Amino acid sequence: MRYALFVCADETQELSEEQAQERLEAFMRFQNDLQSRGKLVTWQRLQPTTAATNVRKRSGDLVIADGPFAETREQIAGFYVLECDDLDEALEIAAQNPAAEFGTVEVRPVWVA
Amino acid sequence: MGRLNAEQAVSEAFRSEWGRVVAHLIRVTGNWDLAEECAQEAFARALERWPRDGIPDNPGGWLKVTARNRAYDRLRRTRVGDDKLQEIAKTMSQDEERDDGETGIEDDRLRLIFTCCHPALPIEGQVALTLRTLCGLTTVEIARAFMVPTETMAKRLVRTKHKIQDAGIPYRVPADHQLPERLRAVLVVLYALFNEGYSATAGADLIRRNLCAEAIRLARLLVELMPDEPEALGLLSLLLLHDARRAGRLDSQGDLVTLEEQDRTLWDRAAIEEACALLDRSMRQRRPGPYQLQAAIAACHAVAESPDETDWAEIVILYDRLSQLVPTPVVRLNRAVAVAMALGPQAGLELVEELELEGELDEYYLLPATRADFLRRLGRAAEARDAYVQALDLAPTDAERRYLSKRLTEASI
Repeated sequence: MRYALFVCADETQELSEEQAQERLEAFMRFQNDLQSRGKLVTWQRLQPTTAATNVRKRSGDLVIADGPFAETREQIAGFYVLECDDLDEALEIAAQNPAAEFGTVEVRPVWVA
Repeated sequence: MGRLNAEQAVSEAFRSEWGRVVAHLIRVTGNWDLAEECAQEAFARALERWPRDGIPDNPGGWLKVTARNRAYDRLRRTRVGDDKLQEIAKTMSQDEERDDGETGIEDDRLRLIFTCCHPALPIEGQVALTLRTLCGLTTVEIARAFMVPTETMAKRLVRTKHKIQDAGIPYRVPADHQLPERLRAVLVVLYALFNEGYSATAGADLIRRNLCAEAIRLARLLVELMPDEPEALGLLSLLLLHDARRAGRLDSQGDLVTLEEQDRTLWDRAAIEEACALLDRSMRQRRPGPYQLQAAIAACHAVAESPDETDWAEIVILYDRLSQLVPTPVVRLNRAVAVAMALGPQAGLELVEELELEGELDEYYLLPATRADFLRRLGRAAEARDAYVQALDLAPTDAERRYLSKRLTEASI
Protein backbone atom coordinates (compact mmCIF):
# COMPACT_ATOMS: atom_id res chain seq x y z
CA MET A 1 0.00 0.00 0.00
CA ARG A 2 1.01 3.58 -0.60
CA TYR A 3 1.08 6.06 2.25
CA ALA A 4 1.74 9.79 2.38
CA LEU A 5 3.60 11.09 5.42
CA PHE A 6 2.98 14.75 6.13
CA VAL A 7 5.59 16.42 8.26
CA CYS A 8 3.87 19.07 10.37
CA ALA A 9 5.81 21.44 12.58
CA ASP A 10 5.75 24.89 14.12
CA GLU A 11 7.60 26.94 11.52
CA THR A 12 8.06 29.94 13.81
CA GLN A 13 10.41 27.90 16.00
CA GLU A 14 13.86 29.56 16.09
CA LEU A 15 16.90 27.33 15.68
CA SER A 16 20.60 28.09 15.99
CA GLU A 17 22.66 27.42 12.89
CA GLU A 18 24.10 24.35 14.53
CA GLN A 19 20.67 22.99 15.44
CA ALA A 20 19.38 23.64 11.94
CA GLN A 21 22.33 21.75 10.49
CA GLU A 22 21.80 18.81 12.83
CA ARG A 23 18.15 18.66 11.93
CA LEU A 24 18.90 18.77 8.22
CA GLU A 25 21.33 15.88 8.61
CA ALA A 26 18.78 13.87 10.56
CA PHE A 27 16.27 14.30 7.72
CA MET A 28 18.90 13.30 5.17
CA ARG A 29 19.70 10.14 7.11
CA PHE A 30 16.01 9.29 7.32
CA GLN A 31 15.56 9.78 3.61
CA ASN A 32 18.68 7.87 2.60
CA ASP A 33 17.65 4.97 4.77
CA LEU A 34 14.21 4.81 3.12
CA GLN A 35 15.73 5.09 -0.32
CA SER A 36 18.16 2.25 0.27
CA ARG A 37 15.30 0.06 1.55
CA GLY A 38 13.29 0.85 -1.57
CA LYS A 39 10.42 2.34 0.40
CA LEU A 40 10.55 5.90 -0.88
CA VAL A 41 8.38 6.79 -3.88
CA THR A 42 8.86 10.52 -3.71
CA TRP A 43 9.34 13.38 -1.27
CA GLN A 44 9.30 17.18 -1.18
CA ARG A 45 10.28 19.78 1.32
CA LEU A 46 8.06 22.86 1.18
CA GLN A 47 8.74 26.57 1.56
CA PRO A 48 7.21 28.03 4.72
CA THR A 49 3.57 29.12 4.64
CA THR A 50 4.69 32.77 4.35
CA ALA A 51 5.27 31.87 0.70
CA ALA A 52 1.82 30.28 0.33
CA THR A 53 -1.05 31.68 -1.71
CA ASN A 54 -4.68 30.61 -1.59
CA VAL A 55 -6.89 30.41 -4.62
CA ARG A 56 -10.68 30.16 -4.39
CA LYS A 57 -13.40 30.42 -7.00
CA ARG A 58 -16.93 31.14 -5.79
CA SER A 59 -19.77 31.58 -8.28
CA GLY A 60 -17.20 32.28 -10.95
CA ASP A 61 -15.34 34.98 -9.00
CA LEU A 62 -11.68 34.33 -8.47
CA VAL A 63 -10.22 35.26 -5.08
CA ILE A 64 -6.49 35.12 -4.61
CA ALA A 65 -5.20 35.67 -1.10
CA ASP A 66 -2.05 35.47 0.90
CA GLY A 67 -1.36 32.91 3.56
CA PRO A 68 -2.04 29.34 4.57
CA PHE A 69 -5.57 28.03 4.56
CA ALA A 70 -5.66 26.78 8.13
CA GLU A 71 -4.63 28.92 11.10
CA THR A 72 -2.99 26.15 13.09
CA ARG A 73 0.27 26.23 14.99
CA GLU A 74 1.75 23.31 13.09
CA GLN A 75 2.03 23.65 9.33
CA ILE A 76 2.90 21.13 6.65
CA ALA A 77 6.62 21.47 6.02
CA GLY A 78 7.02 18.61 3.60
CA PHE A 79 5.82 15.16 2.64
CA TYR A 80 6.94 11.70 1.64
CA VAL A 81 5.14 9.06 -0.38
CA LEU A 82 6.05 5.55 0.72
CA GLU A 83 5.43 2.01 -0.40
CA CYS A 84 4.65 -0.12 2.68
CA ASP A 85 3.17 -3.52 3.46
CA ASP A 86 0.59 -2.12 5.86
CA LEU A 87 -0.17 0.66 8.31
CA ASP A 88 2.09 -0.76 11.00
CA GLU A 89 5.11 -0.45 8.73
CA ALA A 90 4.14 3.11 7.77
CA LEU A 91 3.71 4.03 11.44
CA GLU A 92 7.08 2.60 12.30
CA ILE A 93 8.74 4.67 9.58
CA ALA A 94 6.80 7.76 10.68
CA ALA A 95 8.12 7.30 14.21
CA GLN A 96 11.67 7.35 12.83
CA ASN A 97 11.14 10.68 11.09
CA PRO A 98 12.97 13.46 12.96
CA ALA A 99 9.80 15.58 13.01
CA ALA A 100 8.12 13.04 15.30
CA GLU A 101 10.37 14.47 18.04
CA PHE A 102 9.37 18.13 17.67
CA GLY A 103 6.22 18.16 15.51
CA THR A 104 3.65 15.71 14.20
CA VAL A 105 3.84 13.22 11.37
CA GLU A 106 0.46 12.49 9.81
CA VAL A 107 0.15 9.17 8.02
CA ARG A 108 -2.48 8.98 5.27
CA PRO A 109 -3.13 6.10 2.92
CA VAL A 110 -3.10 7.17 -0.71
CA TRP A 111 -6.42 6.92 -2.56
CA VAL A 112 -6.68 3.89 -4.79
CA ALA A 113 -9.48 3.90 -7.33
CA MET B 1 -32.30 -34.99 22.53
CA GLY B 2 -34.60 -32.30 23.93
CA ARG B 3 -35.13 -29.06 22.09
CA LEU B 4 -34.30 -27.11 25.24
CA ASN B 5 -30.97 -28.87 25.66
CA ALA B 6 -30.05 -28.16 22.08
CA GLU B 7 -31.01 -24.53 22.38
CA GLN B 8 -28.99 -24.22 25.52
CA ALA B 9 -26.03 -25.82 23.74
CA VAL B 10 -26.31 -23.23 20.97
CA SER B 11 -26.37 -20.36 23.43
CA GLU B 12 -23.40 -21.78 25.32
CA ALA B 13 -21.55 -22.23 22.04
CA PHE B 14 -22.40 -18.65 21.21
CA ARG B 15 -20.67 -17.44 24.38
CA SER B 16 -17.58 -19.54 23.86
CA GLU B 17 -17.30 -19.82 20.07
CA TRP B 18 -18.61 -16.60 18.52
CA GLY B 19 -15.31 -14.73 18.76
CA ARG B 20 -13.38 -17.72 17.48
CA VAL B 21 -15.63 -18.16 14.44
CA VAL B 22 -15.60 -14.46 13.53
CA ALA B 23 -11.85 -14.16 14.06
CA HIS B 24 -11.24 -17.16 11.84
CA LEU B 25 -13.51 -15.93 9.04
CA ILE B 26 -11.91 -12.49 9.03
CA ARG B 27 -8.52 -14.08 8.47
CA VAL B 28 -9.77 -16.40 5.74
CA THR B 29 -11.89 -13.88 3.83
CA GLY B 30 -10.40 -10.55 4.86
CA ASN B 31 -13.96 -9.24 4.96
CA TRP B 32 -15.29 -8.14 8.36
CA ASP B 33 -18.94 -7.78 7.37
CA LEU B 34 -19.02 -11.11 5.60
CA ALA B 35 -17.39 -12.73 8.63
CA GLU B 36 -20.03 -11.41 11.01
CA GLU B 37 -22.91 -12.30 8.72
CA CYS B 38 -21.73 -15.83 8.07
CA ALA B 39 -21.04 -16.42 11.75
CA GLN B 40 -24.59 -15.30 12.45
CA GLU B 41 -25.95 -17.65 9.80
CA ALA B 42 -23.97 -20.55 11.23
CA PHE B 43 -25.50 -20.03 14.67
CA ALA B 44 -28.97 -19.71 13.12
CA ARG B 45 -28.41 -23.00 11.33
CA ALA B 46 -27.28 -24.62 14.57
CA LEU B 47 -30.57 -23.58 16.16
CA GLU B 48 -32.37 -25.35 13.32
CA ARG B 49 -30.21 -28.46 13.10
CA TRP B 50 -29.04 -29.34 16.57
CA PRO B 51 -32.52 -30.01 18.02
CA ARG B 52 -33.19 -32.35 15.08
CA ASP B 53 -29.82 -33.98 14.41
CA GLY B 54 -28.33 -33.77 17.89
CA ILE B 55 -25.51 -31.63 19.26
CA PRO B 56 -22.27 -32.27 17.34
CA ASP B 57 -19.29 -33.72 19.22
CA ASN B 58 -17.27 -30.63 18.51
CA PRO B 59 -19.74 -27.73 18.42
CA GLY B 60 -17.01 -25.15 17.82
CA GLY B 61 -15.63 -27.06 14.85
CA TRP B 62 -19.13 -27.57 13.41
CA LEU B 63 -19.84 -23.84 13.64
CA LYS B 64 -16.51 -22.88 12.10
CA VAL B 65 -16.91 -25.21 9.13
CA THR B 66 -20.55 -24.22 8.59
CA ALA B 67 -19.70 -20.52 8.67
CA ARG B 68 -16.72 -21.04 6.38
CA ASN B 69 -18.71 -22.96 3.78
CA ARG B 70 -21.34 -20.27 3.92
CA ALA B 71 -18.68 -17.63 3.27
CA TYR B 72 -17.27 -19.65 0.39
CA ASP B 73 -20.71 -20.05 -1.20
CA ARG B 74 -21.46 -16.38 -0.90
CA LEU B 75 -18.14 -15.34 -2.34
CA ARG B 76 -18.61 -17.73 -5.24
CA ARG B 77 -21.97 -16.21 -6.06
CA THR B 78 -20.64 -12.64 -5.95
CA ARG B 79 -18.06 -11.18 -8.26
CA VAL B 80 -15.04 -12.50 -6.43
CA GLY B 81 -12.46 -13.74 -8.91
CA ASP B 82 -11.12 -17.28 -9.11
CA ASP B 83 -7.79 -16.26 -7.62
CA LYS B 84 -9.34 -15.04 -4.42
CA LEU B 85 -11.55 -18.13 -4.14
CA GLN B 86 -8.61 -20.44 -4.66
CA GLU B 87 -6.66 -18.54 -2.04
CA ILE B 88 -9.54 -18.95 0.40
CA ALA B 89 -9.96 -22.62 -0.44
CA LYS B 90 -6.25 -23.13 0.14
CA THR B 91 -6.36 -21.40 3.53
CA MET B 92 -9.36 -23.51 4.44
CA SER B 93 -7.68 -26.81 3.66
CA GLN B 94 -4.47 -25.75 5.36
CA ASP B 95 -6.48 -24.88 8.44
CA GLU B 96 -8.24 -28.22 8.24
CA GLU B 97 -4.89 -29.95 8.58
CA ARG B 98 -3.69 -27.68 11.31
CA ASP B 99 -6.95 -27.87 13.24
CA ASP B 100 -6.31 -31.55 13.87
CA GLY B 101 -2.84 -30.95 15.20
CA GLU B 102 -3.58 -27.71 17.09
CA THR B 103 0.14 -27.00 17.12
CA GLY B 104 1.95 -23.77 16.56
CA ILE B 105 -1.07 -22.02 15.12
CA GLU B 106 -1.71 -18.65 16.60
CA ASP B 107 -5.22 -18.20 17.86
CA ASP B 108 -7.09 -15.96 15.43
CA ARG B 109 -8.75 -14.27 18.38
CA LEU B 110 -5.42 -12.76 19.36
CA ARG B 111 -5.09 -11.20 15.91
CA LEU B 112 -8.62 -9.93 16.28
CA ILE B 113 -7.91 -8.37 19.69
CA PHE B 114 -4.84 -6.55 18.42
CA THR B 115 -6.60 -5.32 15.31
CA CYS B 116 -9.72 -4.12 17.15
CA CYS B 117 -7.54 -2.36 19.72
CA HIS B 118 -5.18 -0.77 17.20
CA PRO B 119 -4.21 2.68 18.48
CA ALA B 120 -4.87 4.17 15.02
CA LEU B 121 -8.61 3.63 15.68
CA PRO B 122 -10.66 5.99 17.85
CA ILE B 123 -11.04 4.54 21.34
CA GLU B 124 -14.88 4.41 21.20
CA GLY B 125 -14.57 2.49 17.96
CA GLN B 126 -12.05 0.09 19.49
CA VAL B 127 -14.33 -0.68 22.41
CA ALA B 128 -17.44 -1.10 20.24
CA LEU B 129 -15.76 -3.31 17.67
CA THR B 130 -14.24 -5.51 20.37
CA LEU B 131 -17.67 -6.05 21.91
CA ARG B 132 -19.21 -6.80 18.52
CA THR B 133 -16.62 -9.16 17.09
CA LEU B 134 -15.12 -10.85 20.14
CA CYS B 135 -18.02 -10.87 22.58
CA GLY B 136 -20.85 -11.14 20.05
CA LEU B 137 -22.91 -8.28 21.44
CA THR B 138 -25.34 -6.90 18.87
CA THR B 139 -25.19 -3.30 17.71
CA VAL B 140 -28.44 -2.63 19.62
CA GLU B 141 -26.95 -4.02 22.83
CA ILE B 142 -23.71 -2.04 22.48
CA ALA B 143 -25.70 1.14 21.81
CA ARG B 144 -27.75 0.52 24.96
CA ALA B 145 -24.63 -0.20 26.98
CA PHE B 146 -23.09 3.12 25.98
CA MET B 147 -26.38 5.01 26.08
CA VAL B 148 -26.26 6.23 22.49
CA PRO B 149 -28.86 5.76 19.71
CA THR B 150 -28.51 2.49 17.76
CA GLU B 151 -27.99 4.51 14.60
CA THR B 152 -24.99 6.28 16.14
CA MET B 153 -23.44 2.99 17.24
CA ALA B 154 -24.05 1.37 13.85
CA LYS B 155 -22.24 4.26 12.16
CA ARG B 156 -19.39 4.06 14.66
CA LEU B 157 -18.91 0.36 13.91
CA VAL B 158 -19.02 0.92 10.15
CA ARG B 159 -16.53 3.79 10.35
CA THR B 160 -14.16 1.74 12.47
CA LYS B 161 -14.27 -1.22 10.09
CA HIS B 162 -13.75 1.10 7.13
CA LYS B 163 -10.70 2.63 8.73
CA ILE B 164 -9.18 -0.83 9.26
CA GLN B 165 -9.68 -1.55 5.58
CA ASP B 166 -8.75 1.87 4.15
CA ALA B 167 -5.75 2.57 6.37
CA GLY B 168 -4.38 -0.93 5.86
CA ILE B 169 -4.35 -1.98 9.53
CA PRO B 170 -2.92 -5.49 9.41
CA TYR B 171 -4.70 -8.53 10.85
CA ARG B 172 -1.94 -9.96 12.94
CA VAL B 173 -0.29 -10.06 16.30
CA PRO B 174 2.34 -7.29 16.33
CA ALA B 175 6.02 -8.15 16.03
CA ASP B 176 7.96 -8.59 19.28
CA HIS B 177 9.49 -5.12 19.23
CA GLN B 178 6.05 -3.51 18.86
CA LEU B 179 4.33 -5.79 21.32
CA PRO B 180 4.85 -3.94 24.64
CA GLU B 181 3.37 -0.74 23.27
CA ARG B 182 0.53 -2.45 21.44
CA LEU B 183 -0.33 -4.66 24.38
CA ARG B 184 -0.63 -1.51 26.49
CA ALA B 185 -3.20 -0.22 23.99
CA VAL B 186 -5.22 -3.43 24.36
CA LEU B 187 -5.14 -3.19 28.14
CA VAL B 188 -6.34 0.42 27.97
CA VAL B 189 -9.38 -0.69 25.95
CA LEU B 190 -10.26 -3.49 28.37
CA TYR B 191 -9.86 -1.19 31.37
CA ALA B 192 -12.00 1.50 29.72
CA LEU B 193 -14.65 -1.11 29.01
CA PHE B 194 -14.62 -2.25 32.62
CA ASN B 195 -14.80 1.29 33.99
CA GLU B 196 -17.76 2.06 31.76
CA GLY B 197 -19.65 -0.79 33.42
CA TYR B 198 -18.30 0.04 36.87
CA SER B 199 -19.58 3.60 36.66
CA ALA B 200 -23.10 2.36 35.85
CA THR B 201 -25.65 3.10 38.54
CA ALA B 202 -27.81 0.41 40.14
CA GLY B 203 -30.76 1.43 37.98
CA ALA B 204 -28.78 1.28 34.75
CA ASP B 205 -29.59 -1.15 31.98
CA LEU B 206 -28.40 -4.68 32.73
CA ILE B 207 -26.36 -4.75 29.54
CA ARG B 208 -24.47 -1.70 30.77
CA ARG B 209 -23.72 -3.27 34.14
CA ASN B 210 -22.62 -6.42 32.32
CA LEU B 211 -19.78 -4.56 30.64
CA CYS B 212 -17.66 -5.40 33.70
CA ALA B 213 -18.25 -9.09 33.11
CA GLU B 214 -17.41 -8.72 29.41
CA ALA B 215 -14.18 -6.89 30.27
CA ILE B 216 -13.20 -9.63 32.71
CA ARG B 217 -14.03 -12.29 30.13
CA LEU B 218 -11.79 -10.56 27.57
CA ALA B 219 -8.99 -10.12 30.10
CA ARG B 220 -9.23 -13.85 30.88
CA LEU B 221 -9.00 -14.61 27.17
CA LEU B 222 -5.96 -12.38 26.84
CA VAL B 223 -4.27 -14.12 29.77
CA GLU B 224 -5.10 -17.48 28.26
CA LEU B 225 -3.62 -16.44 24.90
CA MET B 226 -0.61 -14.59 26.34
CA PRO B 227 0.14 -16.38 29.59
CA ASP B 228 3.59 -14.84 29.95
CA GLU B 229 2.53 -11.20 29.88
CA PRO B 230 2.64 -9.92 33.45
CA GLU B 231 0.66 -6.77 32.69
CA ALA B 232 -2.21 -8.82 31.22
CA LEU B 233 -2.25 -10.84 34.44
CA GLY B 234 -2.05 -7.59 36.39
CA LEU B 235 -5.05 -6.15 34.59
CA LEU B 236 -7.15 -9.27 35.10
CA SER B 237 -6.21 -9.24 38.79
CA LEU B 238 -7.11 -5.55 39.08
CA LEU B 239 -10.49 -6.03 37.39
CA LEU B 240 -11.34 -8.98 39.63
CA LEU B 241 -10.40 -6.99 42.74
CA HIS B 242 -12.58 -4.03 41.76
CA ASP B 243 -15.40 -6.34 40.81
CA ALA B 244 -15.13 -8.28 44.07
CA ARG B 245 -16.03 -5.13 46.00
CA ARG B 246 -18.98 -4.25 43.81
CA ALA B 247 -21.69 -5.38 46.29
CA GLY B 248 -20.33 -3.12 49.01
CA ARG B 249 -19.72 -0.12 46.82
CA LEU B 250 -23.20 1.42 46.73
CA ASP B 251 -25.70 1.69 49.57
CA SER B 252 -29.44 0.92 49.33
CA GLN B 253 -30.07 4.42 47.90
CA GLY B 254 -27.44 3.83 45.25
CA ASP B 255 -24.99 6.24 46.89
CA LEU B 256 -21.25 5.65 46.87
CA VAL B 257 -19.84 4.12 50.04
CA THR B 258 -16.17 4.86 50.74
CA LEU B 259 -13.73 2.01 51.03
CA GLU B 260 -13.41 2.75 54.74
CA GLU B 261 -17.14 2.44 55.35
CA GLN B 262 -17.90 -0.55 53.11
CA ASP B 263 -19.28 -3.73 54.65
CA ARG B 264 -16.36 -6.03 53.93
CA THR B 265 -18.42 -9.17 54.44
CA LEU B 266 -20.14 -8.29 51.15
CA TRP B 267 -16.88 -8.60 49.23
CA ASP B 268 -16.42 -11.65 47.04
CA ARG B 269 -13.68 -13.63 48.82
CA ALA B 270 -13.25 -16.22 46.07
CA ALA B 271 -12.65 -13.51 43.48
CA ILE B 272 -10.14 -11.79 45.78
CA GLU B 273 -8.25 -15.04 46.26
CA GLU B 274 -8.14 -15.67 42.54
CA ALA B 275 -6.94 -12.10 41.94
CA CYS B 276 -4.16 -12.44 44.51
CA ALA B 277 -3.00 -15.70 42.96
CA LEU B 278 -2.90 -14.06 39.51
CA LEU B 279 -0.98 -11.15 40.95
CA ASP B 280 1.59 -13.48 42.52
CA ARG B 281 1.99 -15.21 39.18
CA SER B 282 2.63 -11.88 37.44
CA MET B 283 5.02 -10.59 40.11
CA ARG B 284 7.17 -13.69 39.81
CA GLN B 285 8.14 -12.54 36.32
CA ARG B 286 9.80 -9.46 37.81
CA ARG B 287 8.58 -7.17 35.07
CA PRO B 288 6.50 -4.69 37.05
CA GLY B 289 4.05 -2.37 35.32
CA PRO B 290 1.23 0.02 36.13
CA TYR B 291 -1.53 -2.61 36.17
CA GLN B 292 0.37 -4.97 38.45
CA LEU B 293 1.09 -2.11 40.84
CA GLN B 294 -2.52 -0.94 40.85
CA ALA B 295 -3.64 -4.51 41.43
CA ALA B 296 -1.14 -4.83 44.30
CA ILE B 297 -2.59 -1.67 45.87
CA ALA B 298 -6.15 -2.92 45.42
CA ALA B 299 -5.08 -6.26 46.92
CA CYS B 300 -3.75 -4.50 50.05
CA HIS B 301 -7.24 -3.10 50.59
CA ALA B 302 -9.03 -6.28 49.64
CA VAL B 303 -7.18 -8.57 52.06
CA ALA B 304 -7.48 -6.22 55.06
CA GLU B 305 -10.20 -7.53 57.39
CA SER B 306 -10.97 -3.99 58.52
CA PRO B 307 -9.83 -0.52 57.44
CA ASP B 308 -7.50 -0.35 60.49
CA GLU B 309 -5.66 -3.43 59.37
CA THR B 310 -4.79 -1.94 55.98
CA ASP B 311 -1.05 -1.99 55.32
CA TRP B 312 -0.70 1.70 54.44
CA ALA B 313 3.09 1.66 54.57
CA GLU B 314 3.11 -0.98 51.82
CA ILE B 315 0.56 1.00 49.82
CA VAL B 316 2.79 4.10 50.00
CA ILE B 317 5.72 2.07 48.66
CA LEU B 318 3.55 0.77 45.80
CA TYR B 319 2.39 4.30 45.00
CA ASP B 320 6.01 5.49 44.98
CA ARG B 321 6.78 2.93 42.29
CA LEU B 322 3.57 3.64 40.41
CA SER B 323 4.25 7.38 40.33
CA GLN B 324 7.68 6.67 38.89
CA LEU B 325 6.13 4.70 36.03
CA VAL B 326 3.05 6.88 35.63
CA PRO B 327 3.96 10.35 36.89
CA THR B 328 0.49 11.87 36.60
CA PRO B 329 -1.02 14.28 39.14
CA VAL B 330 -3.91 11.86 39.82
CA VAL B 331 -1.51 9.11 40.85
CA ARG B 332 0.28 11.62 43.09
CA LEU B 333 -3.03 12.64 44.65
CA ASN B 334 -3.78 9.00 45.46
CA ARG B 335 -0.32 8.67 46.89
CA ALA B 336 -1.02 11.68 49.14
CA VAL B 337 -4.07 9.86 50.52
CA ALA B 338 -1.96 6.81 51.32
CA VAL B 339 0.74 8.96 52.92
CA ALA B 340 -1.90 10.64 55.09
CA MET B 341 -3.06 7.23 56.28
CA ALA B 342 0.46 6.01 56.95
CA LEU B 343 2.02 9.15 58.45
CA GLY B 344 -0.93 11.37 59.39
CA PRO B 345 -3.06 14.03 57.68
CA GLN B 346 -0.45 16.78 57.97
CA ALA B 347 1.98 14.89 55.72
CA GLY B 348 -0.82 14.29 53.22
CA LEU B 349 -1.89 17.92 53.29
CA GLU B 350 1.59 19.09 52.36
CA LEU B 351 1.57 16.87 49.27
CA VAL B 352 -1.90 18.09 48.28
CA GLU B 353 -0.78 21.70 48.63
CA GLU B 354 2.14 20.99 46.31
CA LEU B 355 -0.31 19.65 43.71
CA GLU B 356 -2.52 22.72 44.15
CA LEU B 357 0.39 25.02 43.44
CA GLU B 358 1.07 23.18 40.19
CA GLY B 359 -2.53 23.82 39.15
CA GLU B 360 -2.90 20.78 36.88
CA LEU B 361 -5.83 19.37 38.85
CA ASP B 362 -7.73 22.65 39.16
CA GLU B 363 -10.89 21.16 37.69
CA TYR B 364 -10.69 17.84 39.52
CA TYR B 365 -13.15 17.67 42.43
CA LEU B 366 -11.17 15.04 44.32
CA LEU B 367 -8.36 17.52 44.93
CA PRO B 368 -10.39 19.88 47.18
CA ALA B 369 -12.34 16.88 48.51
CA THR B 370 -9.09 15.25 49.65
CA ARG B 371 -7.83 18.47 51.16
CA ALA B 372 -11.16 18.89 52.96
CA ASP B 373 -10.81 15.41 54.40
CA PHE B 374 -7.27 16.08 55.69
CA LEU B 375 -8.32 19.44 57.19
CA ARG B 376 -11.28 17.83 58.91
CA ARG B 377 -9.02 15.23 60.47
CA LEU B 378 -6.64 17.99 61.60
CA GLY B 379 -9.56 19.71 63.35
CA ARG B 380 -9.44 22.74 61.01
CA ALA B 381 -13.21 22.74 60.53
CA ALA B 382 -13.73 26.14 58.88
CA GLU B 383 -11.10 25.50 56.19
CA ALA B 384 -12.48 21.98 55.70
CA ARG B 385 -15.96 23.42 55.02
CA ASP B 386 -14.57 25.83 52.41
CA ALA B 387 -12.78 22.98 50.68
CA TYR B 388 -15.95 20.80 50.67
CA VAL B 389 -17.89 23.66 49.06
CA GLN B 390 -15.19 23.98 46.44
CA ALA B 391 -15.34 20.23 45.78
CA LEU B 392 -19.14 20.32 45.51
CA ASP B 393 -18.88 22.91 42.76
CA LEU B 394 -16.65 20.62 40.72
CA ALA B 395 -18.28 17.23 41.42
CA PRO B 396 -19.46 15.62 38.16
CA THR B 397 -22.35 13.39 39.32
CA ASP B 398 -25.27 13.52 41.73
CA ALA B 399 -23.96 10.56 43.72
CA GLU B 400 -20.69 12.38 44.33
CA ARG B 401 -22.48 15.62 45.23
CA ARG B 402 -24.69 13.79 47.73
CA TYR B 403 -21.63 12.22 49.33
CA LEU B 404 -19.84 15.57 49.62
CA SER B 405 -22.98 17.29 50.99
CA LYS B 406 -23.16 14.65 53.71
CA ARG B 407 -19.54 15.31 54.62
CA LEU B 408 -20.09 19.07 54.52
CA THR B 409 -23.02 18.72 56.94
CA GLU B 410 -20.91 16.59 59.28
CA ALA B 411 -18.10 19.13 59.19
CA SER B 412 -20.54 21.93 59.98
CA ILE B 413 -21.92 20.37 63.18
